Amino acid sequence: MTTPMPTSTVSAQTPAKASTSPAAPDPGRIARRRRLTQWGFVAPAVVFMLLFFGYPLVRNVVMSFQDYTPKTFFTGEAPFNGADNWSNVFQDALFGKALWHTLVFTAGSLLGQFCIGLALAVFFSRRFPLNGVLRSLILLPWLVPMVVSGIVWRRILDQDTGVLNSFLDTLGIGGHTPWLTSPEMALLSVILVNIWIGIPFNMVILYGGLQEIPKELHEAAALDGASAWRTFRSVTLPMLKPVVTVVLVLGFMSTVKILDLILALTDGGPADATQTLGTLTYQNSFVQLDFGAGAVVGNVLILISAVFAVFYLRANRTEGK
Amino acid sequence: MASHTPTASRRRWGSTVAGVLILCVMLFPLYWMLNTALQPDSGLLQVDPVPGSLDLSGFSKAISDQGGHLVTSLAVSLGAVAICLAISAPAAYGLARFGLRGSRTIVFGTLITQMVPGIVIANALYNSYVDLGLVNSYFGLMLADASLGIPFSIVLMRSFMVSIPGEVIEAAQIDGAGPVRTFVRVVLPMSRNSLITSGLFAFLFSWSDFMFALTLNTTDDVKPITLGIYQYIGAHVGDWGSVMAASVLSAVPAAILLVLAQKYIAAGITGGSVK
Repeated sequence: MTTPMPTSTVSAQTPAKASTSPAAPDPGRIARRRRLTQWGFVAPAVVFMLLFFGYPLVRNVVMSFQDYTPKTFFTGEAPFNGADNWSNVFQDALFGKALWHTLVFTAGSLLGQFCIGLALAVFFSRRFPLNGVLRSLILLPWLVPMVVSGIVWRRILDQDTGVLNSFLDTLGIGGHTPWLTSPEMALLSVILVNIWIGIPFNMVILYGGLQEIPKELHEAAALDGASAWRTFRSVTLPMLKPVVTVVLVLGFMSTVKILDLILALTDGGPADATQTLGTLTYQNSFVQLDFGAGAVVGNVLILISAVFAVFYLRANRTEGK
Repeated sequence: MASHTPTASRRRWGSTVAGVLILCVMLFPLYWMLNTALQPDSGLLQVDPVPGSLDLSGFSKAISDQGGHLVTSLAVSLGAVAICLAISAPAAYGLARFGLRGSRTIVFGTLITQMVPGIVIANALYNSYVDLGLVNSYFGLMLADASLGIPFSIVLMRSFMVSIPGEVIEAAQIDGAGPVRTFVRVVLPMSRNSLITSGLFAFLFSWSDFMFALTLNTTDDVKPITLGIYQYIGAHVGDWGSVMAASVLSAVPAAILLVLAQKYIAAGITGGSVK
């Protein structure tokens, strides 16, 4: 499970092996050739990741200081323009809005996904018939392409003919809620849909974490006369903490950059009410063809993710112990 | 081993009923997708809770309009899986076993890639793709989609390959097998399960990809189903029946894999995230 462990055991063996073959004509050359072959296994992946993850990071920083216009793709010219892109983006009121929406969206989604996911994980930790089947079927929403889920929900949430409003209408409450069409409701609706998408993932990971907790601990707590809620709070939650950290950080990193779902549900509208940093990057670059401005927003997004990556790596380290 | 009293058994079945209700709520949107797809005439009207008759015209329209995009998705995803496994399986082995200097940094870097937002990658990639002539090409999209699965696969397979007993690999080496032969003949067959899990997830990631399809294509030449459906609702606002039918078709691979490969999916979700 840890990263350092395997490397240390193997490196202890490899040189010993190389030196105990006296029959070889030139041990130095053989060892070098051996290393080269070994690097041949790893090199393609390293090159690929440098091209598809490392290079875009660097390129985005450079691009954020360049002036891209629709003409750029004919002339190939994108002259450097100092900090113009940065000041333009930061002065635009839309950026502040998008940043705020991103934070609200991420916090709301994580809170909902996590709480419901945890409740379901606890529920499915009971033993009852068909538990396994139900638990695996619940994964289905997570496996459907996100853009497709978004489109299905767009139909469900339709103000006049969507099934949610007709259902609410029969109950006599809010049968004409403009879920996706009013600027006040749209962000909330998008969050609710994203909670639905994230529940299975949270549930599965937290369920796995719950199973790792030794049963004796619960039995001991029960013998001490602790109530179920007390046991959950004082025994289960502390034991679950590493898994909770991982689930929240992974959830954060996939939520903060969201694009598919919002494009499918609202295209960032109405009146930019669901515009986030992800959609704003897309709009700047691929709709306005101002890749410089897109790169600025993208860099802000990276910065936010980087802060949380630190948490993630910490979580990974504790996890490995 | 206490005997099951009727009340205990009733309570257990009570939990099952609650579980089924939870499942119904969670899967309702997917039911509604199927239900709407079977009522192509409803158009912009309200959809009945259950289809009155079995009207498959929405599906036949979806297949004639979107069938090609399904094939594109399949081709791109299979290509992405091939690239992903070809690159990540040897790397996972190398990182697990060779004790190369820098291995830790590489594993660290692999974990870090998860924080790079896709739209940032697309932003830079589009410009390079224009220069390299990879925009609107199958190969370009396969490469980009492979990037969705590679870090995950390396981490997952590596954590498995670390656990292969050293004696097995040494035995192969004593028999005279070089590292490549050992890898192909011994390590890969032993890692079958983690290879399947990685491949499955690489397929699902690529099949679900919308962002690279949207940003790295400017024409209709290479249009996967996700992009096809998205553009379709823009153009045919009233035709929800066939949009939903196409959506159902796009969800079929996920459903099939969930049924056929359940244990690999479960292994992937926990293994890929907690490691």
